Amino acid sequence: MIEENRHKRDLRDSIDWKLIIVYIILVLIGWVNIYAAVHTSEPGAIYEWGVRSGKQLIWMLTAFSLAALILFVIPPKLWEVSSIPLYGFVFVLLIAVIFLSKDVNGSHSWFELGPVKFQPAEISKITTSLLLAAYMSRPNFRLGKLKDFIVTMAIIGLPMLSIVAESETGSALVYTGFIFVLYREGLSGWWLAFIGMAILLFITTLTLSPYSSIIILAAILTLCAVIKSPRKENRKRLLIGGSFVGVMALLPSLWRTAVKAVERRQAFLDSRYYVPQPGETDRFWWDFFPTFDPVWILVGLIAAALPFLVYHAYRHRDRFLGMSIVALVSGMIMVFSTEYIFNNILKDYQRGRIEVLLGIKEDLAGAGYNVNQSKIAIGSGGLFGKGYLQGTQTTLGFVPEQATDFIFCTVGEEWGFVGCLVIILLYVFLISRLIIDAERCRSPFTRIYGYCVAACIFMHLFINIGMTVGLMPVIGIPLPLLSYGGSSLWAFTILIFIFIALYRDEKKYF
Amino acid sequence: MTEGRHTKLLAGLGIAAAILLGKIFSLQVLDDSYKENADRNATVYETIYPTRGVIYDRNGNILVGNKVAYDIMVSPREVKEFDTLALAKVLGVEPDFIREKLNEYDRNRSRIGYQSQVMIRSLPSEIYMRFDEVNYRFPGFHGQVRSVRDYPINAGGNLLGYVSEVNPAYIKRHHGEYRSGDYAGMTGIEAARENDLRGEKGYHIYLRNSKNQIEQPYKDGAEDKEAVPGHDVTTTIDAPLQKYGQELMQNKVGSVVAIEPSTGEILALVSSPGIDVNALADIGKHYKEIAENPYKPMYNRAVSASYPPGSVFKLVNGLVGLEEGVLTPSNMYPCSQGYHFGAGRKLGCHSHKSPLDMEESIMMSCNAYYCYVLKNILDNKKYDNVAEGLDAWREYVMSFGFGRKLGSDFPAELSGNIPSSKTYNRAYKRGHWNSTTVISLSIGQGEILATPLHLANFCATLANRGYYYIPHIIKASEGVEIDPKYYEKQYTKVSLEHFPKVINGMWRAVNSGPGSGGTASIAAIPGLDVCGKTGTAQNPRGADNSVFICFAPRENPKIAVAAYVESGGFGANFAAPIASLMVEKYLKGEVARKDLEREKKNANLMSRVKKN
Repeated sequence: MIEENRHKRDLRDSIDWKLIIVYIILVLIGWVNIYAAVHTSEPGAIYEWGVRSGKQLIWMLTAFSLAALILFVIPPKLWEVSSIPLYGFVFVLLIAVIFLSKDVNGSHSWFELGPVKFQPAEISKITTSLLLAAYMSRPNFRLGKLKDFIVTMAIIGLPMLSIVAESETGSALVYTGFIFVLYREGLSGWWLAFIGMAILLFITTLTLSPYSSIIILAAILTLCAVIKSPRKENRKRLLIGGSFVGVMALLPSLWRTAVKAVERRQAFLDSRYYVPQPGETDRFWWDFFPTFDPVWILVGLIAAALPFLVYHAYRHRDRFLGMSIVALVSGMIMVFSTEYIFNNILKDYQRGRIEVLLGIKEDLAGAGYNVNQSKIAIGSGGLFGKGYLQGTQTTLGFVPEQATDFIFCTVGEEWGFVGCLVIILLYVFLISRLIIDAERCRSPFTRIYGYCVAACIFMHLFINIGMTVGLMPVIGIPLPLLSYGGSSLWAFTILIFIFIALYRDEKKYF
Repeated sequence: MTEGRHTKLLAGLGIAAAILLGKIFSLQVLDDSYKENADRNATVYETIYPTRGVIYDRNGNILVGNKVAYDIMVSPREVKEFDTLALAKVLGVEPDFIREKLNEYDRNRSRIGYQSQVMIRSLPSEIYMRFDEVNYRFPGFHGQVRSVRDYPINAGGNLLGYVSEVNPAYIKRHHGEYRSGDYAGMTGIEAARENDLRGEKGYHIYLRNSKNQIEQPYKDGAEDKEAVPGHDVTTTIDAPLQKYGQELMQNKVGSVVAIEPSTGEILALVSSPGIDVNALADIGKHYKEIAENPYKPMYNRAVSASYPPGSVFKLVNGLVGLEEGVLTPSNMYPCSQGYHFGAGRKLGCHSHKSPLDMEESIMMSCNAYYCYVLKNILDNKKYDNVAEGLDAWREYVMSFGFGRKLGSDFPAELSGNIPSSKTYNRAYKRGHWNSTTVISLSIGQGEILATPLHLANFCATLANRGYYYIPHIIKASEGVEIDPKYYEKQYTKVSLEHFPKVINGMWRAVNSGPGSGGTASIAAIPGLDVCGKTGTAQNPRGADNSVFICFAPRENPKIAVAAYVESGGFGANFAAPIASLMVEKYLKGEVARKDLEREKKNANLMSRVKKN
C-alpha cells in the first residue's frame, strides 16, 4: 500500500503534524503565561502592543511566517549545501559582537539594529547543528578517526568558546548537549560515563565534601561490580562493598557526635568555679577528635586495601577490578586536586564565581534571592495551582525576569503540579518525537540534524527548569518556545522547522 | 555498534524528566514551607515592639525606665517624587543626607524589597509633630514610635549596661530570636536579664494587593499577636548609696563593693571610672569615646580585676591558724621592724609595740606576726611536707570563696588566684622551696589575687561570723526568679567559734583612738561600732594600692564594705575613709563628716595610675 501511494503523498501525510501541533501548543501556553507574568506591571489586554504579551504576539506571528517560509518556500536541499557559509557568517557575527556590542550586565552578546535586538548565540545553535550534521554525514566519516574527531570537536568548540568570551557561559553550556549526538553516532559510552562522573565528583567535592565524593565514587563502583559480575558472586561483592561504603558513610556523623561531646565537656570545664592551675591537665585521649579530619581514615583504609586488590586483580586477570582500581585512584586524585586548587590556587573572585554557580554562597550578587523567590513561587502552587492570573508571587513582582528566564514560575504557581506535568510531558513528547523521526530517516544528514535539535531543546529545558527549582545554578537561558523574547522564539522555530522540512523532504521519496 | 542507542537516549530523557518532576513534586506537594513563605511574601507584618521591663533599685526607685522616641521610616519602593528641600527642612537635616540615604536604598533595593528602613533615629517629639502634620506630602515616609531607655538617677552606669540595635553577628549567635531592627541588652544587667526584660514582640498582619498597597487586615486580625511587655527587674542596689559611692570614687581608679551580710545582696558596686548613664542612653555616639578611654570604663573592676589583697588577707591566715590549732589569741610574737629569716633576709614592718598578741597584730597590722603564723601553718607536723601544708592552707582559703568564681550573677566574674604546691613545684624544683620561700602569702602578697567582690564577700563572712550568701544583684520579684543557691548559707572550713576573736582585733583597729597604734582610726563613726581592717598592697605598676574592708554595726551588721583604690597609698589614706563614709551614708542616711567627704571626693589620683 505504501508502495502505491509514495509518489502521491500530499501535505497532510508528508508533514509531521504532531510536531507542529506540540510546537503551537507550547507557543500558545508561553503567550498566555507571559501575559500572566506581566499583567499587573503592564496593565492592558493580552494583545496590546504596550504589554509584553502583545509584543510576543508579533514575534509569534512572524515566527509562524518564518515556519511557513521554511516549510513551503525554501528548498530543503539548500540547508546542507549552505551549511558551511552559514556557519562561517554566524561565527563572524559571534566574534564581532564581542567588540561591537554594548555591555549588558557584563556580557557582550547583543546586536542592536535600531529597535531590534538579537543575540548571534541563538542563531549559532542552528548553524552549528547544520554544519555538524553536514560534516558527520559525509560517507567516510568515522568518529574513531583522529582527524574527523578533531574537526567535529572544532565545529562544536569554536562557537562555544566565542560565546564564553561574550561572558554568556550559560548559553555555552548548551553546546555540551551535542555530546549526546556524538554518542548516537558512535562515541564510546565511556565518554558519557567519564564526563558525567567527573562533573558529579567536581560538584559534590565543592558542595558537600571530598569525603562524600569518595563515598559516592565507591558506591557507584560497588554498584557496577554487582551489575557486572555473575549472579553467584553478586551477593559476596554486594556484602563486602556495600558494608564498607555504608559504614564509612556513617563515620562522619559519628565523628561529629564525638566532636560535639568533646566540645561540650570542654565548655563544661571552662564554666566550673574551680580554675585549674597552669599545668593541671584536663585532657583526655578523645580530645584529638576535633583536630582530625576523618577523610584521612577513609584514605588510609583505601590505601591499605589497594595492594591486596591490585594483587588480586593481577592474579585472577580480573580486568574489571583493575579498571575499578584505576577509576577509584584517579577519582580520588581528582577530588583532592579539585579541593586543593579551589581552596589554595584560585583567586578569591574566581572562587566566588564558582561558589555562586554551584549555589554554595547564597546571596552573592543576589543570585540566591532569585532562586529562593522562584522556589517559593513554584512551591506555593500546590497540586492544582492558584488559577490563571491568581498567582500572588509572580504578579507582585517577587520573582525577577518572570516573563523571560523564570517563566516556568508562573506556570508552577498558577497551574500547579498538574500544569508542570503537562508542560514537561509536552517537551518530552517533542524531544522524543524528534529522536524517533530522526531514527526513521535514511539520510544521515537529517538524522544527525534531528538529534542536534533534540539535544539543544533538551539542554535548554533541563537547565532552565532545573534552575527555577534549584537543581541547577542560575544560568540565564530561556525556556524554548515559552519564554518571552523574539530572538529565542525565532531561533527555536527555525531550528525545529528546518527539521520538519528535511523530514518531509525525505518522506516524499519513500 | 550504535544499535539501540536511541532507546538509551530516550530512557535518559525519561530519567531527566522524572528528576525534574520529582523535584517539582517535592516543592509543590510534599513541602509546605514554600506556601507559608508565599503567604509571608504577599502579607505585610507590622511589628509591635513590647515595652522593655523597668529596672528598679531595692527600694522601688527606677534605675532604668522607658521614654518615647520617634524614628522616621521609609519604604523605598513607595517613595514618589517629593520636595527634598521641604522634607529636609522639616526634619532638620541636610538635603544631601536624604539624597544619600535614598541612593543607598536604591543600591540595596533587591535586599530591601518592600521592607521599611529606619532613616533617622530618635527624633525629639517637637520635630516629629512637625513632620506628622505634613507627612501626607511625602509618600513612602512614615513615623514610628519607639520606646527607648531612660535613666532618672545617675547610678550604676556600668552595672546597668546598655541596650542597642542588634548587629548581624548578634542575630546569628541567637539564631531565630532576633531580627534586624530589634534592640537587645548588650552589657550589664540589661544583657544578663535580657530574657526577662525584652518581652515578646507582637505583630499586625495586613494583606497587600497586586499594586503593593496595604489593603486590609489579614483574616480580620484573627492571626494578629499583641506584644507582651517585658518583666520588670528589681535589683538589690541601693540607688542613693550607689550614687554616693560613684561620687566618692570620682577621679580615682578602683572599686567599692557593699553587701548586706544577712542576705548577700549587693547594695552598691562601684567601679571607677564608670560610665555616665547619659552615655548609656545614646551609646552609639559615646561608644568610641568609652572604648578608647585608657582607664577602660567598660571594665567592671569590682568583679573583673584581680588585685593582691594585701594586709586584709592577714585575717584569713589568722583564722586558718586558729582552726589548725597552731595559733591561739594569746600567742605573742616579736617584731623588730619586720620578720628576719635566713641569711639577713627580712620581710619589713612598720614601727609598733613588740611583742604583741593576735588582737594587737590585727589592730596594728603587724607583718612579722603573720609570718610566724603562716610558717606554723605550713610547717605543721601533721603534714609530711610543706607542699601538703600549703595545699591544706589553700583548701581553707578557697572555702572563703577566694581563688574561684563566687557564682554571683555577674557574667564577667573572675576567679582570682590562690597558689597551690604545683605552682611552686613548677617554679622551683620539687622540694627546693619551703615556707620561707612563700612567706609573702602571709600578708596577702605574692601569688594571691582577689577581686574586690571577693574581699567584700570575705568581709560579709566575718560580719556573719562564719558564713556567707553568694553575692548577687538581682532580687526575686514577680515573674523573675533567681537561682535558689542565693538563699543558701555557705560555710567556710573554719569553725564559727574562731571568728569573734578576729573581730575583736578589727574593732580595735578602728575604735582604739588616735595614738593607740590602731591603723584605721579614720574609719571610726561615733555611735556605730565599725569593725575594719586596712591593707596596703604593693603595686608593681606604681604607688601602693589602698585597701580596706569593714562592716557595721559590730552586732547584727547591716553592711559590709570593701574598698580598693589603685595607687591610693596606705589603706587609711583613701580606702578606709571612703568605705567608712559609705557605711555612714547607708546607716545614718546623712554624712556628718563633711570635711572628710569633701576632701576625698575632690582628691584626684588619676595622674598616679598608670594607663593601660
